[in-house]
Amino acid sequence: MSAATASPDQTPDDGVVAPRRGATTWRRLKRNRLSVAGLIVLAVVVLLALLAPLLPLIDPAATNPANRLQPIGSEGHLLGTDHLGRDLLSRLIWGGRTSLSVGVFATLIAASIGSLIGLVAGFFGGATDNSLMRGVDVLMAFPYLLLAIALVAVLGPGLVNAMIAISIVNIPFFARAVRGTTVSLVSSEYVDAARALAFSRLRILFREVLPNVMPTIIITMSTTVGWMITETAGLSFLGLGAQPPTSDWGAMLGAGREFITRAPHVMIVPGSAIFLVVISLNFVGDGLRDALDPRLK
Amino acid sequence: MRSYVVRRVLQVIPVTFGVTLLVFAMMLLIPGDPARAILGSYATPENVATLERQLALDRPPHIQYVTWLGNVVTGDFGRSYSLNRPVLDEILERFSATLLLAGTALLITVLLGLIAGIVAAVKQHRWQDRAFTVGALVGLSIPSFWLAMIFIVVFALGLGWFPTSGMRPAFGPSGPLTVLHHLVLPATALALVAAGVIARLTRSSMLEVLRQDYVRTATAKGITRRSVIMRHAFRNAVVNVVPVIGVQVGFLLGGAVYVETVFGWPGIGRMLVTAIGTRDILLVQGGVLLVAVTYVLINLAADLVQAALDPRIRLG
Repeated sequence: MSAATASPDQTPDDGVVAPRRGATTWRRLKRNRLSVAGLIVLAVVVLLALLAPLLPLIDPAATNPANRLQPIGSEGHLLGTDHLGRDLLSRLIWGGRTSLSVGVFATLIAASIGSLIGLVAGFFGGATDNSLMRGVDVLMAFPYLLLAIALVAVLGPGLVNAMIAISIVNIPFFARAVRGTTVSLVSSEYVDAARALAFSRLRILFREVLPNVMPTIIITMSTTVGWMITETAGLSFLGLGAQPPTSDWGAMLGAGREFITRAPHVMIVPGSAIFLVVISLNFVGDGLRDALDPRLK
Repeated sequence: MRSYVVRRVLQVIPVTFGVTLLVFAMMLLIPGDPARAILGSYATPENVATLERQLALDRPPHIQYVTWLGNVVTGDFGRSYSLNRPVLDEILERFSATLLLAGTALLITVLLGLIAGIVAAVKQHRWQDRAFTVGALVGLSIPSFWLAMIFIVVFALGLGWFPTSGMRPAFGPSGPLTVLHHLVLPATALALVAAGVIARLTRSSMLEVLRQDYVRTATAKGITRRSVIMRHAFRNAVVNVVPVIGVQVGFLLGGAVYVETVFGWPGIGRMLVTAIGTRDILLVQGGVLLVAVTYVLINLAADLVQAALDPRIRLG
């Protein structure tokens, strides 16, 4: 979906900054009920993940084979237990720490590298633009997940490698969107003014252009972060991401798959968590896009 | 039109070149000795030496690339050590299974996405719009690997309507109904994410067109609502959707990896995951190259279809 929602033709093309944009954005966002609901869910999930070490949780790695595959709501295990008798609630919260941080890190890496490529390509134009964007085209020429899998094949399975692979795959979305906005800003009056004041090109790029490209970067981040969480979980699900004893939601799903007939809740629990987080992110992302750029509504 | 077609076709050349370069680079980047990686850990030193000569591994990288490309172009993708058969045979067989799955999923995606998008736009702000808009968002937020398992629990294990796994070849001894019976669950699980994307885009594209003057004119002329929507609005709205359908094919081909794994579908995605596990690098390389080049061609086709539908593009 990032391909569709982050297409360059949807990026804002004027850099006109309203005064106190932050406050306006927040007011607009608050009007969108689904976005507010999404924000609340995300806040709770993030808080739980952050507070995991302080919560009175059973050790997520503590096995108890006599108590395996307990259903949801069984005594002492609110969400039941998995095939080794480990507490699913505890594993869900600890796994969430892994899944969320990996997804957010992947987004930050993709956003930094992709935006830098887009800024430089859009600002300098010409041969620089051409060579950078042709490279981006090549990355886009691969089906999304396939490139990630190929990269993991090279780097070797593992959580960090899965995260790197997912970041690289998402770089084009940022590069294209940011380049589009940058190109439209380069010919704007305040950039001309900055040139007339003989500011250095680096200063113009980072102090004049970058702040006005930020809405594009934020919109693209909000539309891709859910996807990145899903896909890193997906790689773990396939056994290419988190390796035991580390466990994220994807690895929990992968393990739950084996017991789908006898104890489907083992895979329903982590899957619901991914779904809940991603749909909340999408609600917030939609609201944010409408708030930052009402013309796209 | 011709100049646009020529321009667009020429664009494919550098992209395909880049794709082959990247796929070739996979081999260079794998840690350790490539010939040993290709032959597996039980290879004899003589065999390793022979392969190194064949692939020009003792020569500089650009010579290696040319040698490799020459082999690939002539259909020689090497031999898979884990399966002990030519890579080309294996990937073609697997890819036909993936195409059956992804093709069916594409059909569902397009039908579902377009219908939901049109209905939502025509009934803007009504309950149908809300239902389809939220439905599309749910569709594109559900991880397909999870949805696939939920389908198995509900429709295969619970209701017993469909088999839990397996595939029948499209042109095999079993009848088309058996083939379809095995296809429904995996294809639908794969399609829903992409359908969500198409539905959202169709809706916004339709809304934009419905606001245009010529649509108001058509309505004012007394043409039926149905005809205004389908003949005047939809035909113009679909122009923006076509290239995104091309992009969605990439998501279907990639997402097939998950669905094939869950449903035991013998496609190229499942092959890749297994091949990564056994470190069968030639199989990974061949599979990735085949799917990527197919995807480049599909995007080309989508853009050409769009140009055929929209004179502004081919003349612009």
